Amino acid sequence: MKPHTLAVFVENKAGVLSRVTGLFSRRGFNIESLAVGTCEEPGTSRITIVVIGDDEKVEQVMKQLNKLIDVIKVTDLTENERVERELALIKVNAEPGAGRAEIMQIAQIFRAQIVDVGAKSLILQVTGDTGKIDALEKLLRQFGVKELVRTGRIGILRGSKTIASTK
Amino acid sequence: MKTGAKILVESLQREGVDILFGYPGGVVLPIYDELYNSTLKHLLMRHEQAAAHAADGYARASGKVGVCLATSGPGACNLVTGIATAYMDSVPVVAITGQVPTSLLGNDAFQESDITGITMPVTKHNYLLKDCRDVARVVKEAFFIAGTGRPGPVLIDIPKDVSTGIVEKVEYPETVNLRGYNPTYKGHKRQIDKAIEMIAAAERPVIYAGGGVISSNASAELLGLANVLTIPVTTTLMGIGCIPGDHPLNLGMLGMHGTEYANFAITESDLLLAIGVRFDDRVTGKAEKFAPNAKIIHIDIDPAEIGKNKRVDVPIVGDTKSVIKDMLASIKKTGAKDSWIKRIKHWKQHHPLKYKKDGRLRPQFIIQQMSELLKGDAIIVSEVGQNQMWTAQWYNFKNPRTWITSGGLGTMGYGFPAAIGAHFARPDLPVFDVAGDGSIQMNIQEMGTVAANNIPVKIAILNNMYLGMVRQWQELFYDRRYSFTELPPVEFVKIANAYGIEGIKVESCDDVLPALRAALDCNGPFVMDFRIEREENVFPMVPAGAAINEMIGGHEPT
Repeated sequence: MKPHTLAVFVENKAGVLSRVTGLFSRRGFNIESLAVGTCEEPGTSRITIVVIGDDEKVEQVMKQLNKLIDVIKVTDLTENERVERELALIKVNAEPGAGRAEIMQIAQIFRAQIVDVGAKSLILQVTGDTGKIDALEKLLRQFGVKELVRTGRIGILRGSKTIASTK
Repeated sequence: MKTGAKILVESLQREGVDILFGYPGGVVLPIYDELYNSTLKHLLMRHEQAAAHAADGYARASGKVGVCLATSGPGACNLVTGIATAYMDSVPVVAITGQVPTSLLGNDAFQESDITGITMPVTKHNYLLKDCRDVARVVKEAFFIAGTGRPGPVLIDIPKDVSTGIVEKVEYPETVNLRGYNPTYKGHKRQIDKAIEMIAAAERPVIYAGGGVISSNASAELLGLANVLTIPVTTTLMGIGCIPGDHPLNLGMLGMHGTEYANFAITESDLLLAIGVRFDDRVTGKAEKFAPNAKIIHIDIDPAEIGKNKRVDVPIVGDTKSVIKDMLASIKKTGAKDSWIKRIKHWKQHHPLKYKKDGRLRPQFIIQQMSELLKGDAIIVSEVGQNQMWTAQWYNFKNPRTWITSGGLGTMGYGFPAAIGAHFARPDLPVFDVAGDGSIQMNIQEMGTVAANNIPVKIAILNNMYLGMVRQWQELFYDRRYSFTELPPVEFVKIANAYGIEGIKVESCDDVLPALRAALDCNGPFVMDFRIEREENVFPMVPAGAAINEMIGGHEPT
């Protein structure tokens, strides 16, 4: 059982996301993370899905995804060199004083940006792999995290290789 | 200048549709009004579920795409069981539903239901049309998707304003362009060569053939392969008819209610050639103990079926007909593996299907009589349960597409409406629906349809006043606690008569053949109410979760 990052290249049509996620739920697969957006080709979208399971189960889910008429291509990025990122916005308690300075220091170390300053709070924006965001979140917990939102993971192959060129 | 409804009807005609099974309602009135003008035949059913089953029965008997039509909301919802039935058995059906106008979509309008959402898990694909300019393209795509690759049902939901909308210039597409849909028909050459090598090296090979052989019309090729290689063939419930029942290499059905010799052969085989099958749990029993010593070659058009339930040594993705043809082209005739064929003959002789012959009216006898009378020249449809298994075991099927049954979903109430559809596909053949007293009551209202249209479907009810198969499980696994499986006696002949249909009640063995003859001789529909031995069971039986050679009512292989 390990996380697999799947890149699912789909027609950008109404209901496609629900076809894809519905397939996961009714076959008993748990989606760990999901991110959707348009991509380089007009009229298409790319869904990045992180799913945890053994290789056989993941192979089955990929085959089932491929059967959907609106799915153009499914690639498992897991065995390839890739860049993975997600973005998080974290609203943290920050009373003026020492605490606030400490948060700003942590933000700097994590290369997080402060995108909003309130009287009693700060909003941090951070990008990175899941581990980095988890670590930052853990550190900020001591100050009190009021709200936290993450985009879900996206992934892309390193070098000139694309999902279109993978078999 | 044409309305969406007109374009729909013309598109259906362009797809070669000759009959629709349907039921009108508010938002499909524009479509029904257009049908009123057209030469397309429409059969008014008494329930939408029956319309879906009729379209499915038509598709299975003809090999063409079946079409059903219903209104929005309750009408569309009533199609769902029929659509799910077709999905589980890979049957090409196009279901057309009306929908509330696009302006009301999502408003919980009167008779609104999100039918594309509801049917997403049980359709191969579905469409919610929002623009009348898309009607022709979507119909073209729907028929293409339903009928190609691994066949399956496709639903088109048409809001009322789309069917009344006006299109200035209509273009009917000749081809479809779907980037994400490219079924593989041709099997991989190297894999086929590898399979041929393995077959040649095998000592105890068995072919395990299923519905995929029938849906790709590959029966002749399969028979050719079996004959050239002298390999015994066992079929799944869905594969019955792809090899003649009395062919010396035929082992009959395998699995839960399979023959002892089929299950023995699978268990002892060293090579399993699985063709157009999906290793269903009703077939394999405990999957690890299914063909435990065999190398497995699996041919299927759906790559997702390969390796799903059982690890496979040589996967071949492709259309079964095309793959078997390619195999036949490069395969050498091999002599019979004498000892294996002898062993199988021995099993067939010593472990035949059997039932008690004590003069009491038993269902197996009725099916045997039916088989002798009809000689394979008929379409036999079944309901679900004991009636289905007795028919699968005791009727001698000669040809593909003459056995029509709900295998995957096991839908009670399927048989009678499917038989109506089958009649329109093959009006040249008599159509018999073998039913139980439980199943027939699930769509008994279709007696109205057959009576009104004089559709000569013959209904043979194996009446034991029980939900027989459930009672059998209760007898064997629940200490004979018959919880809610007893049905009060019903005079089916009187019900038939009330609809204006002829019928006959049969209570003794001597009256079976005359009743079947009377049914056959009658020009219209006919009901036979066979009062069978009440607690007769279907044997052999593999208990759920056991290995298939561990059969109740079976023996150790000798």
